Amino acid sequence: MPAPTCASCHAARAALRRPRSGQALCGPCFCSAFEAEVLHTVVAGRLLPPGAVVAVGASGGKDSTVLAHVLRELAPRLDITLRLVAVDEGISGYRDAALAAVRRQAARWELPLTVVAYEDLFGGWTMDAVARSTAGTGRSRSCCTFCGVLRRRALEEGARLVGATHIVTGHNADDVAETVLMNFLRGDAARLARGGGLGSPGEGGALPRCRPLQFASQKEVVLYAHFRRLDYFSEECVYAPEAFRGHARDLLKLLEAARPTAALDLVHSAERLALAPAVQPPRPGACSRCGALASRALCQACALLDGLDRGRPRLAIGEREHRGGADVQGTRGRAQAAVQAAAAF
Amino acid sequence: MAAPLSVEVEFGGGAELLFDGIKKHQVTLPGQEEPWDIRSLLIWIKKNLLKERPELFIQGDSVRPGILVLINDADWELLGELDYQLQDQDSILFISTLHGG
Repeated sequence: MPAPTCASCHAARAALRRPRSGQALCGPCFCSAFEAEVLHTVVAGRLLPPGAVVAVGASGGKDSTVLAHVLRELAPRLDITLRLVAVDEGISGYRDAALAAVRRQAARWELPLTVVAYEDLFGGWTMDAVARSTAGTGRSRSCCTFCGVLRRRALEEGARLVGATHIVTGHNADDVAETVLMNFLRGDAARLARGGGLGSPGEGGALPRCRPLQFASQKEVVLYAHFRRLDYFSEECVYAPEAFRGHARDLLKLLEAARPTAALDLVHSAERLALAPAVQPPRPGACSRCGALASRALCQACALLDGLDRGRPRLAIGEREHRGGADVQGTRGRAQAAVQAAAAF
Repeated sequence: MAAPLSVEVEFGGGAELLFDGIKKHQVTLPGQEEPWDIRSLLIWIKKNLLKERPELFIQGDSVRPGILVLINDADWELLGELDYQLQDQDSILFISTLHGG
């Protein structure tokens, strides 16, 4: 069974079948189509206006590597300036090698790189120290929960440091679909409601964030990196194997085997999902310490750091752990949703 | 009787971590009654190359979902997947998509 010829140039031998369309394309035609689609996502969604200074959250992994590479190709047409911002979580044996990959990329692409460290930003706390302090709980999945909150804050700080007007992250369609699945499985209606769209417009003084690869499947991101010969770091974080996300990923892969468009369909479903007005989460206020969005006195990051400093880290996000993983706003939204659902029965 | 085949087997995207961190393997597949296909290659890899946690690479008679297979730099989905018959000097690349981004 020889490979068919490329459906675009009709000359070269096809090198892949695209999950979204089933179309068979050669490597060069696929890479051009991939770049054109990211351009379309950015332009049609008005994600990055001309003149924007864009901080790319760079981890050295495949997604941010592909994102930075594609945006660098598109930068002249979009009239944007790029800055790489990497976060050093303080995870020995993992992050050092990943940061080395980011440094190689920055040098090769001649892009300015800024590294911000948890240790400097968060009063001496590294992720290793956080993990040690929560180790006795026997639930290492909370490491990823802590780290996600802190990384979001660190990227925001790093982006401000380099004068960015916008933040982009490398999340692809599979990542977003996993998140949608997780939110469904946790019954986290508030997060489902917020998950739609291509990012956040920058409420409460936060920089606008977006995910230009949101419609690109994992397979296509990896094959783009392969055909463009991009060098990326691909080891799993030492704290990740126990995370709930892994189960969602396995489930999604099984679904994709039966239905190649499953990830994109889930992203689409989440975008189209609308909550009844009665279960909309309350409008958040501002964190009394840092001013970021918060639905309680402290935002998630400040509450977490406050708990760590008091030596009782579980309390900082204890509510979300015990009630099934919704964040603070989500928990409130969930509680409301439960009351509404009960009333409806 | 199919003659012995010399093929290049390569692992990437983190899959190499299950193979002592070694990416490229030049291997000789012995002659056998049936022609070599990807299905029989996977059994051979499991027996001869795979060092740890086989369930992270092979599930059932195929690769774990989320591992891409390229045959001579082309998606195996275009070439019959498990039924593709190996030729001498073929290059088979397994890329994991399952590691962090």
